[in-house]
Amino acid sequence: MHVASLSRLRVEESETESYQAELDKIISYMDILTSVDTANTPPTTYALPMENVFRDDVPKESLSRELALSNAPDEEDGYFKVPRVLEES
Amino acid sequence: MQYEAVIGLEIHSELKTNTKIFCGCKTTFGAEQNTHVCPVCLGLPGVLPSVNKKVVEFAIKAGLATNCKINEYSKFDRKNYYYPDLPKNWQTSQYDLPIAEHGFVEILVDGEKKKIGLTRIHMEEDAGKLVHSGTNIKDSASSNVDYNRTGVPLIEIVSEPDMRSAAEARAYMEKIKAILEYIDVSNCRMEEGNLRADINVSLRPVGEEKLGTRTEMKNINSFKALEDAINYEIERQTEVLEDGGKIVQETRTWDPARGVTLSMRSKEDAHDYRYMPEPDLPPIVTSKEEIEAYRKSLPELPDARRARLESEYGLSEYDATIITSSRDMAEYFDGVVATGADAKQAANWIMGDLSKNLNADSIAIKDSPVEAKRLGEMIGLIEKGTISGKIAKQVFAEMWKNPDPPEKIVKDKGLVQITDTKAIEGIVDEVIAKNQKAVEDYKNGNKKAIGALVGQVMKASKGKANPQTVNQLLAKKLEE
Ligand SMILES: [Zn+2]
Repeated sequence: MHVASLSRLRVEESETESYQAELDKIISYMDILTSVDTANTPPTTYALPMENVFRDDVPKESLSRELALSNAPDEEDGYFKVPRVLEES
Repeated sequence: MQYEAVIGLEIHSELKTNTKIFCGCKTTFGAEQNTHVCPVCLGLPGVLPSVNKKVVEFAIKAGLATNCKINEYSKFDRKNYYYPDLPKNWQTSQYDLPIAEHGFVEILVDGEKKKIGLTRIHMEEDAGKLVHSGTNIKDSASSNVDYNRTGVPLIEIVSEPDMRSAAEARAYMEKIKAILEYIDVSNCRMEEGNLRADINVSLRPVGEEKLGTRTEMKNINSFKALEDAINYEIERQTEVLEDGGKIVQETRTWDPARGVTLSMRSKEDAHDYRYMPEPDLPPIVTSKEEIEAYRKSLPELPDARRARLESEYGLSEYDATIITSSRDMAEYFDGVVATGADAKQAANWIMGDLSKNLNADSIAIKDSPVEAKRLGEMIGLIEKGTISGKIAKQVFAEMWKNPDPPEKIVKDKGLVQITDTKAIEGIVDEVIAKNQKAVEDYKNGNKKAIGALVGQVMKASKGKANPQTVNQLLAKKLEE
């Protein structure tokens, strides 16, 4: 349930058992991976043989505001409108 | 029990690039809401970010200027959390391989030098801005989001918990600001949020090694708020501990209007960022040669400049620290001294009347109505004896409103110092004749009475008589 809440997923009580079982399977697969001896293998931080892909600091055209907001569930005065998230105790 | 405060700062500084860190949208402050956005910074599916080269350059320079070791291999990571100012639901930041680590800066507080350690400097993207539609965050049912700031490049400078007072924290943040200004990587406009700090404060009994439980205050964007919030938090925590209570590890918000920190509760119970390497951004590899080239490209830094002002011009450490605390002020000082004006006088005028006037009118020193050259010329007039130090204050006040050379102002306003002994003698005689009581007092042994007479002569001459000549003449005449 903690994972579901962190991921903002709505999980019904009735589904938790089957999800739990599936996640356990994935986690135990990880155990197989950790059993491999990697003492002499440097950690991989990036999968492709690439580095230093840079862009010059030159401005490009942005989206028009209409287009930027066109997929928003809700908008107000050119803003994206969202439910309040912060609570003060 | 005596407690000791342990303070650490995380300073966020927006870098002065033209475009955002991962896309070509402009970074201009104050644009209309949601006009500097694109699929990349809005986090739309299927987009590919790419790193702005300038951001890497600026971050490496900031690292070198704060005595950090630059990591030759560095990478970006995703920091996952949910907040509507972050459209992707993760912030692209750096986790275990930041661009720079293990640095330090030196601060000066109450004449004492102290080294403050830097844990790391990493690059990341700024978040958007929430605008609350109710009268305050508490009554509004919804929030409006402007994503213009999303993706503006930031460096986060994380200090070691090496500070012990609000004054030290302030000095540290001032030093970081000065360094970033000198190397020209950030505008450091605190009121625009260019430079802001998250503060960690904890207490421990004096002599104790172990750290106490800390609280965090986020997004402090003025030096005054920084000091006030830390002082309040030290007091609050002291009270809690003295009452036998426990400090709760939490984020608190600083309310400047009420001068208190308040507990905040976010819906994310505990932060669990689940960092993962950013698969869309290849690692950044910087060779030793490139790092050395960046090091060579750095300008003179505040500490070196301070040392130079001390040795070259004989300024005190205190004066030199203030003058070099901002690059603009140091440059103004250079401009004054370049006219041949005495350096000590230059420092006094800059820290005195000039700063007072700038603060009163909220003007930045580089926009000062009195140019460095003009202030230099005015100090030259004092040195030549054309005006007295006292009259100079009047001349300076006039220069604030009038761009004319000080020499012309002095002539036009008739402020030239009277050094002509004959002219002063006339006034002295008159004052002696009119103030027989003071003269009697003086002759009866009350030598202090001469002060009143000098004052009268200066007043009669509208401050223009040379005070030294007045003193000499009076003393001579009273002894007759
Ligand atoms: Zn963009």
